[in-house]
Amino acid sequence: MSEFTPAANPQTGHTEIITPDPNAKTRIEARRVTVWYGQKAGVRDVDMPIYANKVTALIGPSGCGKTTFLRALNRMHDLTPHARVTGEVLLDGVNVYDPGVDPVEVRRKIGMVFQKPNPFPTLSIYGNVVAGLRLVGIRKKSLLDEAVERALTQAALWDEVKDRLHAPSMSLSGGQQQRLCIARALAVEPEVLLMDEPTSALDPISTQSIEDLLTELKKHVTIVIVTHNMQQAGRVSDYTGFFLNGDLVEFGPTNPLFTTPKDKRTEAYITGRFG
Amino acid sequence: MQQASTQSALIKRKTSAIYRVLGDRIFLAVVLLLALSLIALTLGLGYFLYLGGSQTINKEGFFGFLTGTTWDPALRLEFGIWPYVVGTLITSLAALVLSVPVALAAAIFTAEYAPRWLAGIINYLVDLMAAVPSVVYGIWGIFVLAPFLREAFYLPVFLWASENAPWLVRYLGNPAGYGLFTGIVVLSSMIIPFTAALSRDAISLVPVAQREGAYALGATRWEVMQMVILPYARGGIFAGAMLALGRALGETMAIAMVIGNGNILPYTLFGPASTMPAVIALELKEAVEDLHYSAIIGVGFFLFLIAFIVNATASYLLNKLKVSEQRF
Repeated sequence: MSEFTPAANPQTGHTEIITPDPNAKTRIEARRVTVWYGQKAGVRDVDMPIYANKVTALIGPSGCGKTTFLRALNRMHDLTPHARVTGEVLLDGVNVYDPGVDPVEVRRKIGMVFQKPNPFPTLSIYGNVVAGLRLVGIRKKSLLDEAVERALTQAALWDEVKDRLHAPSMSLSGGQQQRLCIARALAVEPEVLLMDEPTSALDPISTQSIEDLLTELKKHVTIVIVTHNMQQAGRVSDYTGFFLNGDLVEFGPTNPLFTTPKDKRTEAYITGRFG
Repeated sequence: MQQASTQSALIKRKTSAIYRVLGDRIFLAVVLLLALSLIALTLGLGYFLYLGGSQTINKEGFFGFLTGTTWDPALRLEFGIWPYVVGTLITSLAALVLSVPVALAAAIFTAEYAPRWLAGIINYLVDLMAAVPSVVYGIWGIFVLAPFLREAFYLPVFLWASENAPWLVRYLGNPAGYGLFTGIVVLSSMIIPFTAALSRDAISLVPVAQREGAYALGATRWEVMQMVILPYARGGIFAGAMLALGRALGETMAIAMVIGNGNILPYTLFGPASTMPAVIALELKEAVEDLHYSAIIGVGFFLFLIAFIVNATASYLLNKLKVSEQRF
């Protein structure tokens, strides 16, 4: 976690360079999002659009606040004692931090995939995929079966597991487990999928299969992916946001950001001078 | 040059040769000996209990001794331990059934919901409950719980039944306060801390990634509890319940003080009953006949056997229930 106090860093307010895209539809809009851990801010005053049916990558060195910002989008900070979020996160125009909004509803619309595959070990492959559907009260077997096939197909896991849907989820390999977690998140048909370094615990082949998946997935769902791997961001994303020390330094379409960054710090990071 | 000489100095440095050569073997021998002594101790315990009880067990027959319902050390010298076996199993299992919901609730509350200061107080008290000597629970049972249950529960129920449902009276038994049900209540309050402590640890050990996985699907707090936390912690919760059951099976003093010590099959709820540990503790000093003495040791043998079976079953089930995040 980046830990600094506003006093220690004189740069406040809107320091970031944002290149908006007038042609793209905005799904989420972050407005002056600040995440506080006690008296310290993890990310500060972030404004960022997240465009519908695109992949947005969040990059930056360790502890720059990219994961902290990602977790602010689906109110995961609610679960951390002493963590507090200020600012607004507008999902289709509705502030998810509005007192009238139920965080449970927010998380149903904004799914999440974590750094380490975390299937529920007591449930089967099938049970994992339908876990979210059972929560919303869907009990009918035909509906569940249909959803399982759809979600597993979207996660490119169906062919590998269709003959052993009721096998324990822990019998899968690491890469398969991560795709199972993606299927689990997709089964509830979220509008947005947040991915927190989803390939960092996986081997190159599993990483490749998940990266391939993203291009397919963005047809159905808006994706935000945190990665510390710049090549990965370059390969999979349409937009990139570069974080440093809790600030969003630069945001824009991936290609221009990587080839002609506007901020010196972005350039330094991308060319590998630090990070 | 400098470096080379340092290296050769290191290589040539003398070590205590005997330690280098024999150290591992001596260590292994000591560890092996101590480990084997545990096996010997357990087998020896069972064997000598059987030996001590064999006089009566042979006279009554193995199953005759176990399933006989007459225990008469005074006149007929007939020994059947079934009433005590049933008394032990009923009190222990009923105490387990009564205590697990309370213990689990305490564990869930302290591990998940309570503010830290309150969880600390409750956990401290739960641990304290485990440290209180059982004779203290016995005194509490005699002077507080039994009179209370008699006034508040046994007598009203008994009086109601004798007027409205006379057939029920013979199953209720003497509402004196000292009997089967009081024993169960005392026993269940004694074993709460074992289940509570192990369940609490198991619940706190559920990885954050598991909880977040469920929250991220849009689960409420209670849904996370039943979908992820309790299934993940089930091994630890079961282990706690089994530890409590083992403790209940062997509990002697408190139960001997409140259960009324009747040597008949406990078919009444309030009436006197007895358990295997209680009969051993109470009759050992009074035994004059060899056959009686041997019968008491025989009770010990069968108690050992029950504990063995319960533990073996528990560890088998525990292996089935254990949740591993490793691939298998």
